[in-house]
Amino acid sequence: MAKAKEKIRRPKYEGLQKKKAVAGYLFILPFIIGFLGFMVKPLIQSFYMSICKVVVDSTGFTFNPNGIQNYYNAFRLDIEFSRFLTESLSNMVINTISVMVFSLFVAILLNQKFKGRAFVRAIFFLPVILSSGVILGVETNNALLGDMADMIKENSTDFSITDTVKVLIQTLGIGTRIFDKVFEIVDKVYDIAIASGIQIIIFLSGLQTISSSMYEAASIEGCTAWESFWKITFPMISSLFLVNWIYTIVDFCMHTDNQVMNKIQTELVKNLDYGFSSAMAWIYFIIIIAFIGISSFIISKVVYYYD
Amino acid sequence: MTSRAERKAKRAKFWERNRACGGYLLRKKIANFFVKFCMAVLLFGMCFMIVQPLLQKISISLMEEQDLYNTTVISIPEHFTTYNYEVAYKFIGYKQGLIETVAVCLSASILQVAICTLVGYGFARFEFPLKKFWFACVILVIIVPPQTISTSLHLHFRYFDIFGIIKAITGNTLNLKGSMLPYYMLSATCMGLKNGLYIFLIRQFFRTIPKELEEAAYVDGAGTMRTFFRIMLPDSKPILTSCFLFSFVWQWTDSFYTRLFLGNVHMLGLQLNAIADRLMAYLVDKSSEMTNVATSGFINCIVSTATLMVIAPVLILYLFAQRGFVESLSSSGIKM
Repeated sequence: MAKAKEKIRRPKYEGLQKKKAVAGYLFILPFIIGFLGFMVKPLIQSFYMSICKVVVDSTGFTFNPNGIQNYYNAFRLDIEFSRFLTESLSNMVINTISVMVFSLFVAILLNQKFKGRAFVRAIFFLPVILSSGVILGVETNNALLGDMADMIKENSTDFSITDTVKVLIQTLGIGTRIFDKVFEIVDKVYDIAIASGIQIIIFLSGLQTISSSMYEAASIEGCTAWESFWKITFPMISSLFLVNWIYTIVDFCMHTDNQVMNKIQTELVKNLDYGFSSAMAWIYFIIIIAFIGISSFIISKVVYYYD
Repeated sequence: MTSRAERKAKRAKFWERNRACGGYLLRKKIANFFVKFCMAVLLFGMCFMIVQPLLQKISISLMEEQDLYNTTVISIPEHFTTYNYEVAYKFIGYKQGLIETVAVCLSASILQVAICTLVGYGFARFEFPLKKFWFACVILVIIVPPQTISTSLHLHFRYFDIFGIIKAITGNTLNLKGSMLPYYMLSATCMGLKNGLYIFLIRQFFRTIPKELEEAAYVDGAGTMRTFFRIMLPDSKPILTSCFLFSFVWQWTDSFYTRLFLGNVHMLGLQLNAIADRLMAYLVDKSSEMTNVATSGFINCIVSTATLMVIAPVLILYLFAQRGFVESLSSSGIKM
């Protein structure tokens, strides 16, 4: 019975479709070459390095397989790695959530009509071009300037508003630990604004697709702005949460001031311990992939696709 | 005279209408004003927050060193000078750097966007086996941090070979380290800086173009390539400009790929990274009695100035092409 069915069913790619399939493969050929040559191969190689003791000498590299020793070292022997890992993961979660909230908020603000909107938009998207690579690195990488910033911080006695409010709340004795986190986020608002350029663009593009007739209908039915936000705007752009979520996490992982990445780089450049640094990179990478996978699975269950 | 009377009549009418609807009109007007006011304050504050470091750098770059230690000087320099610019110009080799950086960034971004367009079109419009798998690979490329594979990439290009062919012919592997070839190879195969993102964006854009256009062209006898170049490309100008501008600007300020592959090229970004140490060494060399603290202010001036000079071309580009950067992305309503 199954055989007969197979006979009747025509092959999936035939005639024009086959031609199209070949053309499609030709179009994505550069990507396939690049992916296999410059992504899969280095990944396999770095995985191989992570289970080896790599010895660097004048003749070149020699790989001596030593099983999971490097992974064991990363968790049990190295004093910094586990701490950095947990810290950077918790930072990542907080940072990602705050970036999402901030960018959604700004996107809604920028979607309104007001005078000088083009100008304000231009300023908000400025971080997109300025937040990458060297420009942030110049201040953080330079020891001398770092020293100077610390000096200024120590010498300046004036209080900021957040400090004052913090002291006030602490003397009142309201749940300090939660407020500490909140103040941490408030203090980092510049970093968050800098990190959320692309996300604002993505949310804005989503907001543009919502037709205004929906809001009109809702307001005629007596819907307040607050309700129409939760009942219309939020579900309509919820599919973008997934994109933004992934993008923000990835962006955070590649950031120059990421502790884990710094640790991996120093291990590589200063100690020339290729095996150990690859092992750490793989641990970090797998955790991130797992985190992205699980969280996007959860988000994709919740989001609503309009079409 | 008439206008005043008119206004008076209008106001009277407003109060009348307000009374008729039980104060709703007034409440609404006040609420609207309040919302607008809050928005203006918020927007101004956030804009200021984003621009402030830039303004700070501009004001520092025009100061003499002594102004930095003067607590009464905050943003407007007391001793106005352009000396910082001269020093920074010399120390980062600005002219040569500018030419080489523009050349590298321009060529690489054109290459990257061209290839990414082809790949994105392939993903958007063709049905072929394993398509989902390859697209998952694109997503993987986006989320794998390049640092993970930097070591092995480095080794890969140090002992470069294609399936052992080169070794079979010349008896040795190629050492591509120090040349610009690896960078262009990565660009030509969609593995450059954030290329996965461009593929994704371009694919999403192509999917919004109606299929009928293509089918019509096909019925009229245009082949695959002809359809692509004559029908699809002209329509996709906005997204291509966006991707090109992003690619150009991100490469300009990138430090990771440039450090890995373009160490020999006089890239402005790399010069900027090194300027503080170089200046320090120069100062120590010139006069040994200068202490750390005394020079740090001066170095701060120079680094701010150099940063400004490095990002100035990008900023100018952004000012002119602002529409191309974001408007096409944010207003086209691409479905992500």
